[in-house]
Amino acid sequence: MKNKIKIIGLKKRFDGGRWISNGLNLDIPEGKTTCIIGQSGEGKSVLLKEIIGLIPPDGGQILVDGMDTVQLTKKEREANFKKFGYVFQFAALLDSLTVFENVGIVELESGENQVDVRKKVLEKLALVNLSEDIIDRYPSELSGGMKKRVGLARTLMTNPEVILYDEPTTGLDPITTRVIHELIADMQKKLSITTVIISHDVEVFKYVDKVALLYQGKIINDVDADTIWESQDPYIYQFIRGLIHGPIQREVVDDENKM
Amino acid sequence: MVIQFVNAVGKSCIETCNEFGTYGLFVINTVVVFFTQGLSLRKLCVQMERIGVDSLPICALIGIFSGAVMTLQTYYGFTKFGSENMIGPVVALSLTRELGPVLTGLMVTGRSGSSIAAEIGTMRITEQIDALETLCVNVFRYLMAPRIIAGVLILPFVTMFTMFFGVLGGYIIYVYYFHLNAAEFLDGIKDFLELSDITGGLIKGSVFGFLLSSIGSYCGFYTHGGAKGVGLATIRSVVVSSIAILISNYFLAMLLFEKA
Repeated sequence: MKNKIKIIGLKKRFDGGRWISNGLNLDIPEGKTTCIIGQSGEGKSVLLKEIIGLIPPDGGQILVDGMDTVQLTKKEREANFKKFGYVFQFAALLDSLTVFENVGIVELESGENQVDVRKKVLEKLALVNLSEDIIDRYPSELSGGMKKRVGLARTLMTNPEVILYDEPTTGLDPITTRVIHELIADMQKKLSITTVIISHDVEVFKYVDKVALLYQGKIINDVDADTIWESQDPYIYQFIRGLIHGPIQREVVDDENKM
Repeated sequence: MVIQFVNAVGKSCIETCNEFGTYGLFVINTVVVFFTQGLSLRKLCVQMERIGVDSLPICALIGIFSGAVMTLQTYYGFTKFGSENMIGPVVALSLTRELGPVLTGLMVTGRSGSSIAAEIGTMRITEQIDALETLCVNVFRYLMAPRIIAGVLILPFVTMFTMFFGVLGGYIIYVYYFHLNAAEFLDGIKDFLELSDITGGLIKGSVFGFLLSSIGSYCGFYTHGGAKGVGLATIRSVVVSSIAILISNYFLAMLLFEKA
């Protein structure tokens, strides 16, 4: 299976503190969905931001289609951004813009005709199961689930090769969580996009191909999602069952705010 | 003890230089983006309205009362020498050269500079700026340039507004409170006030507009640490902008009015 992204020996720490990524290795297969799990504060969001290039790592390599993206110039970095879509934890919609302006921001900024942009926006909103009615609403007038779907629609506007989801179901009720999970799986099937999800929700395993556990700055193990519940790896066994006793001891509370 | 002191001084010097350097690069980036990629006229107008037009009522108010109090204070001094006719020129000159631009700069800093820092700071901590970057939307073109250019363009008009209402405030006190001759007040202004006094004040306004909008944007852009960080960025933008306005005012006065 071809790897879309290959991470080799990634290192990162903030202000001389503990290593968030400490020689991290991970292969992300093309056209598949990879889920990264780990305790709060382990650096999962940092890892995602390192992959896309928002945070520069201190060492190691991130190969996207075989090209190292760590040493890119500003222009090359912008070109690299175009390969990715990033769905933020709390959607990160621009408060002062309507749904239409948020989803079509790239096209509107490049001076495209409003009518054409509106068509494209409606198309993408339909793809994430949102109706035309919400197009002129502001983010403050949307529910949490709607915001996440608008965030996904905005990401889809750029036709990315890879979509990174940062805890897409945080703060959502179980029904909406399921809707979002199915939407992610649906997107992946329809568009064959390489997908990376960060999640704490074990329900997500039903919708992904591979699960990788991040612990103390390293991927401890990555397993097939279909067989994860049979895994005898002590770390994975403990984490997915939420057991207090086991090899995962340390509760990570620091560094999360340093992002 | 001495080593610790030297260490602390050295560290703060490095941090200050670093801060100046980062601010300089931030401004250069914005200017380069403005000249190479242009600017959305709609965004520019929105910012001009927010920074300038919305500040007009408060600037009119401070203008009126500043002019009024100047007339009140100078009247008591000038009557001793029988120079009441000089009150008009003194009020007009101080308002056009100094008080108008400086008071406007400080007032707009408190009102709009802080708002710029808070708005951009909130966008930073809620990952809205990250989102723009991942979408390849140039943050400097989208957020910074409209605010900074709007500040530069609109502040001279707001300053002119403050100057006008300042002189009006002085006139009202001169004529209706002290019951002095209105023509004397206006003739004095005509005789002593030159166009260069007004243009000098407007140039100052433009420079202050640049300072308050760029410092507000800069502080907002480098916000970190959640809601507390936004609060600190806002305070920092007001304090630094106010200091920058007062210091630059001195040098601008030397530059613009030294020969006068």
